[in-house]
Amino acid sequence: MSTGQTGSSRVKRGLAEMLKGGVIMDVVTPEQARIAEDAGAVAVMALERVPADIRAQGGVARMSDPDLIEAIIAEVSIPVMAKARIGHFVEAQVLQALDVDYIDESEVLSPADYVNHIDKWSFETPFVCGATNLGEALRRINEGAAMIRSKGEAGTGDVSEATKHIRKITSEINVLRSMTKDELYVAAKELQAPYDLVVEVAETGKLPVVLFTAGGVATPADAAMMMQLGADGVFVGSGIFKSGNPEARAAAVVKATTFYDDPAVIADVSRGLGEAMVGINVGDLAAPHRLAERGW
Amino acid sequence: MTTLRSESLAAGEVAGEASGPRVGVLALQGDFREHARVLAQLGARVSLVRRPDELADVEGLVIPGGESTVMDKLARAYGLAEPLKAAIADGLPVYGTCAGLIMLADTVLDAIAGQESLGGLDVVVRRNAFGSQNQSFETDLGVPALGEPPVHAVFIRGPVVESVGADATALASLDDGRVVAVEQGNLVGTSFHPEMNGEYRFHEYFLGKVRARS
Repeated sequence: MSTGQTGSSRVKRGLAEMLKGGVIMDVVTPEQARIAEDAGAVAVMALERVPADIRAQGGVARMSDPDLIEAIIAEVSIPVMAKARIGHFVEAQVLQALDVDYIDESEVLSPADYVNHIDKWSFETPFVCGATNLGEALRRINEGAAMIRSKGEAGTGDVSEATKHIRKITSEINVLRSMTKDELYVAAKELQAPYDLVVEVAETGKLPVVLFTAGGVATPADAAMMMQLGADGVFVGSGIFKSGNPEARAAAVVKATTFYDDPAVIADVSRGLGEAMVGINVGDLAAPHRLAERGW
Repeated sequence: MTTLRSESLAAGEVAGEASGPRVGVLALQGDFREHARVLAQLGARVSLVRRPDELADVEGLVIPGGESTVMDKLARAYGLAEPLKAAIADGLPVYGTCAGLIMLADTVLDAIAGQESLGGLDVVVRRNAFGSQNQSFETDLGVPALGEPPVHAVFIRGPVVESVGADATALASLDDGRVVAVEQGNLVGTSFHPEMNGEYRFHEYFLGKVRARS
């Protein structure tokens, strides 16, 4: 091993930089992980149940079995992510010990702490966290998140919440950019975010970490729309392996993410994919079943 | 076409100085915008390359960091792989970082089934040679061809060069002797990411090859 420094902010954020322009796919078996890698996923999220099944089956959703995570790590060469419950720092310690490449502190699982998120600075493994708005994203970054994904509403196949959250984050960034220096103090108070991070966003016009979109992406056009709205890449959860032809859909979403601004390519890859996941309209979900409202 | 993205450089667009060398950045996936920014600051006319026709008038090409399996698949699916191989054989200067180094290697170890590289560098490269992300690191690295000070090198699940063939030359090695930067003619490859931390000398070195050829 080399004498270099591991676990630095630059190294943690750096892996997310390398995932940009790519698709991260939820997988529940090594076989699905293989399909995802062969289709061109930049990383996989290893979990026991995709969000659509967590939603359908109910109950408390927790970190996946280490055997499953290790089997998926053994199957693929691309980075493997896994989810810990919000605030469950011991699940995160376990995932770090399993040598996963990224930990997702995720609202898709049942929260373990309704007050505190994990202190992510104390880990060598980088974290990705969900956010519905800029203030939430900056609070997670302040806690050490090395990557942000807008939340959307996982397990629905309804992209409307993903659209809402990525638009919210990018429009709040644009507002900061237009502010004078003295206005940023109040902006930080209203965003409930650290002043220094607010100033950084105002100056650079972007988050200090990579921003992906998640939650309800089910088609190549959904993925391309998220990219046009300013996402650096997309997570696809239930949308691939709950569809009629996962291999073809996965490859199509990858191509549409790269050629997000080319409708001819998106049209071409959208042909003959079979059924998309059936999905649930977010408006039909009672408030307690909306995962995006977990986390604060 | 118009999209809602605020970033200025879309595929096919050009940034940088009007008189600079025309340099493309392969933009199928990865941190291509970081490379484009560095190259534009160094005075190159930069364009993003995703299709064969966008390759036509570039005088040099950067292959960024990212996921080599994804770049390989997309490069072949959209007809870029063969023109790229031809351009490399014809002497096009190309600089590859991390996944880009893998793409330029003649032989790739720990590749996935069916993975191909463009080749050009007479080296054997092993993917993810350091292990998982927890083993990713940054360190100072002596690079004699670039002089002092050492290069601050960031390795992200990076590859290493396991053997350097007769036609290639090692440019830098870790303390344990593993080779992490190589060149051969107009090709340069590094296991690490100078584009990530304001280290411009590798890009300058590459642009020197571009200017010398044009």
